[in-house]
Amino acid sequence: MRLELDRGLTEEAFALAGDIASPVVEFARVHTTVAIERTVARLFGVDGVDELGVPLPNVLVDALGPRLAEGVALPLAQACVDSGRSPQQVAEAVATGEPLGKPGSPEARELAFQLAAEGDRRIARQRGERDAMVAAHGDPPTPWVYVIVATGDIHEDARQAQAAARAGADVIAVIRSTAQSLLDYVPYGETTEGFGGTYATQANFRLVRAALDEVVPEVGRYVRLTNYASGLCMPEIAACGALERLDMMLNDSMYGILFRDINPQRTFCDQYVSRMINGRAGVIINTGEDNYLTTAPGHEAGHTVVASNFINRALALAAGIPERQIGLGHAFEIDPDRPGQLMEEWGIALLIRELFPDCPIKYMPPTKHVTGDIFRTQSLGTMFNLVGVATGQHIQLLSILTEAVHTPFLADRLLAIQDARRVFDAARPLRESLQAVPGGPLDRRAAAVLEQTVGLLREVAGVGMFEAIERGWFADTPRRRDGGRGLEGVAKRSPGYHNPFLELWEPQLAGWSAVGADG
Amino acid sequence: MAELVPYGDTFGDGMVQLSFTLPVPADARAREIGLQFLRNNGFREPQVVHATAADRDMTFYVAYARASAGVDPAQVTATDVEAPALGFAEVNTLIEGQLGRRVVVIGAAIESDAHTVGIDAIMNMKGFAGDYGLERYPWIEAVNLGAQVPCERLLREAQERHADAILVSQVVTQKQVHTRQLTKLVDLLEAEGLRDRYVLVCGGPRLSNTFAKELGYDAGFGPGATPSRVAAWIAQELVKRVRTEG
Repeated sequence: MRLELDRGLTEEAFALAGDIASPVVEFARVHTTVAIERTVARLFGVDGVDELGVPLPNVLVDALGPRLAEGVALPLAQACVDSGRSPQQVAEAVATGEPLGKPGSPEARELAFQLAAEGDRRIARQRGERDAMVAAHGDPPTPWVYVIVATGDIHEDARQAQAAARAGADVIAVIRSTAQSLLDYVPYGETTEGFGGTYATQANFRLVRAALDEVVPEVGRYVRLTNYASGLCMPEIAACGALERLDMMLNDSMYGILFRDINPQRTFCDQYVSRMINGRAGVIINTGEDNYLTTAPGHEAGHTVVASNFINRALALAAGIPERQIGLGHAFEIDPDRPGQLMEEWGIALLIRELFPDCPIKYMPPTKHVTGDIFRTQSLGTMFNLVGVATGQHIQLLSILTEAVHTPFLADRLLAIQDARRVFDAARPLRESLQAVPGGPLDRRAAAVLEQTVGLLREVAGVGMFEAIERGWFADTPRRRDGGRGLEGVAKRSPGYHNPFLELWEPQLAGWSAVGADG
Repeated sequence: MAELVPYGDTFGDGMVQLSFTLPVPADARAREIGLQFLRNNGFREPQVVHATAADRDMTFYVAYARASAGVDPAQVTATDVEAPALGFAEVNTLIEGQLGRRVVVIGAAIESDAHTVGIDAIMNMKGFAGDYGLERYPWIEAVNLGAQVPCERLLREAQERHADAILVSQVVTQKQVHTRQLTKLVDLLEAEGLRDRYVLVCGGPRLSNTFAKELGYDAGFGPGATPSRVAAWIAQELVKRVRTEG
């Protein structure tokens, strides 16, 4: 199904989004954070915990103290040169109280570069492995069937992930324990307890990836694994995911600020580096615009979703993520009892699809207006699936009949997958069969949302992102630039700041001043 | 009154509809295993109408059966929140006239719960289902702390802001964690000798007034509760308390 859009307006929107993104990226390029430096340590091969259970990347960066502004790479490399030990051995020594040395030697700089090149090779190897598996086993048709597992126990998650893949899922997301976004460290090892989900750890990533790889030949298609590069450890989790071949990451530019009260400066720095890693790793990021609709009425807030899509895309391009890896989000959250609801959903889904034709759009199911009436939820899910396939969405997070009741039972997921497969197979040709009646209700609805979107983007571009967030223009939630969690972990880079990964990657990014309609 | 049984298509037939998953392969024996499972649980004349593989060693069933026991409604007590429904204007008038000061209501989704949907629906300006939220009430000072608020912080804020009522939301649960978290708040209040200082209310899709009272709350609101119902109950409870004390 197609829409005729006002090309003047769409081009203005792309240009405005580029203008909005530029100062944010400039800010990120002159600051660093504790999470970014811990990421450097991780990609240098530092892992594990000290006697008290503190992750060694935290131990190292805490030892830097006020020297955070210089970055961890050179002090760590210098300690390796001076002692002849590996980064891991140095981290273990620092954990027992040994201080980090003063960097300065050219050998340290050379070693830091070599360690970064090795980290980059590890990421590239996993990316190559994914490409090879996709080539060997094939990719499913779109919309991809995306389901969640959320048991709290990684072994149970792995078992349910395999079951879901056999039942027909194309993408499995292991839902994270709800408290994790506010932890300023990445937990270590395989975990068996969590609330509403399971901790994102590198070991947990490895375990579920291996479980899915096991069923890939059996189901005859590559099955993708998703987690969350969000919260206070955005870039670290991106690094863990890149090393363990996660395929998708929830990685929004503003979610943590608005919905978790994480400091805006911290978030914008962390998202820049996390996205660079995701881009490098071939990971498809999923942005979180569905959340705007849980705090505001769906039929009124459509333009905030689309405006955020433009901004998220511009920031992702600036961090080197190509369009095919930018999974912009939205959701089916208009009150189902509102007359014309299905038309309005159809209109906005189609608008987003047409605006970003090269992005794998991620479509989220109804959650806000569902109740314990599981039969009603099941039928809403069917309508959601119909809109998803008829408008050509790429990634469909399935509606589960027990949404709002409990985390999904094994059979709940099966019912959802069967429904989606049935609707997708039945209705896929509709995508190429329908045209919105020019001037009809759906066409007018889409045009109105686009117009409101451009209006909001103009206002945001006028005051800048930080100010727009302070004024509560996104999700009706004002957040001060010096408020929220994690600001103490941000430092302005000193003239001697060194991050060999950025030196390696930034020159390869597409010229970010060219962020625009043709990206 | 005699015992009642479920109604399928004939009065007294006792028909119930079930769906469940058993960890057995969906082979020739699966149907018989499902029937036996239902008999073992006291269901009579079970019929398995659908049995399919939910995984290699898992079978999902849809079944019908007759219940073996009924219920005497006269023997069951359940309390809904007892207070007449009042509208937006009536609640404000009641507070203004009877208390003569703004009522402070502090709300949060506590502990592990990251879902603000419930607390926002009741507290935010916009409200829910066309019913304004507590922030819109001129005679209520509504403080919404958001999600993942530790019980300790909620109590500290309640003391600092001289709250009259504490409103706790629990939306998403897993392995009954919502019960443990709701109980933790009551335990803390009691340990600090503060339980009687506040009107204590909880809400969420798995809560009822009866269950809330069992946990030690003054009231509980289940699915579909509107801000005005919550506001009306809190206002009337505070007025009642003032009269009792006075």
